[in-house]
Amino acid sequence: MEKTYPDAYMESLKPPVTSIGVIGWIRFNLFNGAFNSILTIITLLLLWKTVPPVFKWAFIDSVWFADSSACRGSDGACWSIISANFRFIIFGFFPYESQWRPLLAMTLLFGLLFYSKDRNHWKKSLGYAWIIGLIAMGMFMRGGIFGLAPVESAKWGGLPLTLLLSVFGLTAAYPLGVILALGRQSKLPALKLLCVLYIELIRGVPLISLLFMSSVIFPLLLPEGVTINNILRAQTAIILFTAAYIAEVVRGGLQGMSLGQYEAAESIGLNYYLTMRLIILPQALKIVIPPTVSILISAFKDTSLVVIISLWDLLKTSKSILSNPEWMGFSRELYIFIAILYFLGCFSMSNYSRKLEKELSTEN
Amino acid sequence: MNQESSERTNNQTENGSMIEIIDMHKWFGEFHVLQGINLTVHKGERIVICGPSGSGKSTLIRCINRLEEHQQGKIVVDGIELTNNIKNIEKIRAEVGMVFQHFNLFPHLTIVENLSLGPIWVRKVPRAEAEENAMYYLDKVHIAEQARKFPGQLSGGQQQRVAIARSLCMNPKVMLFDEPTSALDPEMIKEVLDVMIELAKEGMTMIVVSHEMGFAKSVAHRVMFMDFGRIVEENTPEQFFENPQHDRTKLFLSQILH
Repeated sequence: MEKTYPDAYMESLKPPVTSIGVIGWIRFNLFNGAFNSILTIITLLLLWKTVPPVFKWAFIDSVWFADSSACRGSDGACWSIISANFRFIIFGFFPYESQWRPLLAMTLLFGLLFYSKDRNHWKKSLGYAWIIGLIAMGMFMRGGIFGLAPVESAKWGGLPLTLLLSVFGLTAAYPLGVILALGRQSKLPALKLLCVLYIELIRGVPLISLLFMSSVIFPLLLPEGVTINNILRAQTAIILFTAAYIAEVVRGGLQGMSLGQYEAAESIGLNYYLTMRLIILPQALKIVIPPTVSILISAFKDTSLVVIISLWDLLKTSKSILSNPEWMGFSRELYIFIAILYFLGCFSMSNYSRKLEKELSTEN
Repeated sequence: MNQESSERTNNQTENGSMIEIIDMHKWFGEFHVLQGINLTVHKGERIVICGPSGSGKSTLIRCINRLEEHQQGKIVVDGIELTNNIKNIEKIRAEVGMVFQHFNLFPHLTIVENLSLGPIWVRKVPRAEAEENAMYYLDKVHIAEQARKFPGQLSGGQQQRVAIARSLCMNPKVMLFDEPTSALDPEMIKEVLDVMIELAKEGMTMIVVSHEMGFAKSVAHRVMFMDFGRIVEENTPEQFFENPQHDRTKLFLSQILH
């Protein structure tokens, strides 16, 4: 065999030193041209001006575990506001000696959520585990059974309440939204009209007004003596509201499906229900994972609006601490803490959705 | 071969027709797309339908499994008349296999899942048995080694063969092909036609909308030419190609055969 290529083609040539490594990267990304060089320098100056003071405030001059008077004497962050009031922020008015119960309920919830992350675990037994888990959580929160002291729901607050509203709100709103989207595509005019009306009406009002309606107007319509739990009413409002948005996103996914998929499903004899369940929805819902997660994330944050109907969620318990004269003025620290908690929730949702998308991808 | 052909004649003499279409009309809005179709297809018979685009040939076979609804006349498939009765429609669809121009495989399922889905959910076959059956048909279309892949990872010709196998898994009594090779690259047409020819040799009742005249000559019992929603001419392949009767047929043939 004769060589047809010169040797230089066979050896892999290394690129010039100036275009690889740290120096290459800096040159290419930060100083490629006068304008970018100026921008880089300005940015570095700004960072130098802001980062060290913030770092100093948050970590060096800060007070972590002390009372408020120690905080007042210091220039740094007063993280003590969190450590000193931690249990009230997290559990609200739940009886102090029974706070292990919501803690256990939350641990159970996180355990189940964590276990459910892996799609290989999505079996019937997991469904049963959730049912049992939810009953157990309810039991821990309510009490009144197995010698647990009953705690009325008006005393539920803080993180457990936020989780309750969002986890239930989102899991119930999702299937409802899918059903509404299917209804909106229905060939039955009455059903279609009903779904369109629902979606447009709910989307046409802010969540706050729905929450007010559920807490102020709705009880007026009930017969005398009948009351419905405040949390349940807020919960319902959140579900109804979120479902309308999910319905529209899912509709977008359904419209993205080609007619050929319906025809192929029909031509092997699948009925409407099976066509939707096995062929159309798995594909359509996968397409709309990113916008769906956006809606779920914003719904999660919107649960903080229940403050206005005087439910003591995480944000409300925190705010109430700030009205205590002892801790007045340390709102920055507290809000940063709450923001971190919300961020963790939102970030893990978006992280998980990206993982799910990757797993469900069938393109190579 | 002998046995098979005698079986066919038996079937034909025994109870005649697999599909019976009587004076069937269909409109798309104001457009009269099928104008009085009369067609009887016997068991084991293979029919190739050709014609210019817009002549209604695809619509005709899509009416047979109710992907399109006819508005006048009568369609009887395997003794069941197509009406608005959804149970009958589902029954007929399970008996009638359909292969599409654009394959229409389910992209979110693996090849073997594509094949076993119908048997599992419509015929209530146990999963293991359905998958075994699926592998049998995949082997038949020479593609068993791709069973665990997704449709997006296969070539067009492979996808179309999978689509044929998917229909066969339902044990259909009739197979409808709607331009099965017209979305394929030229070098992939043959592998799909070969599978269809093998199927024909086994005595499957087939209605094929296609312009593959070589295929029509080698397997069809009858060739039909459609134009403006009517069956203009029908004949045996020999007569059809060598001695077309109508001017319109002659013109069409001269254009596609060059």
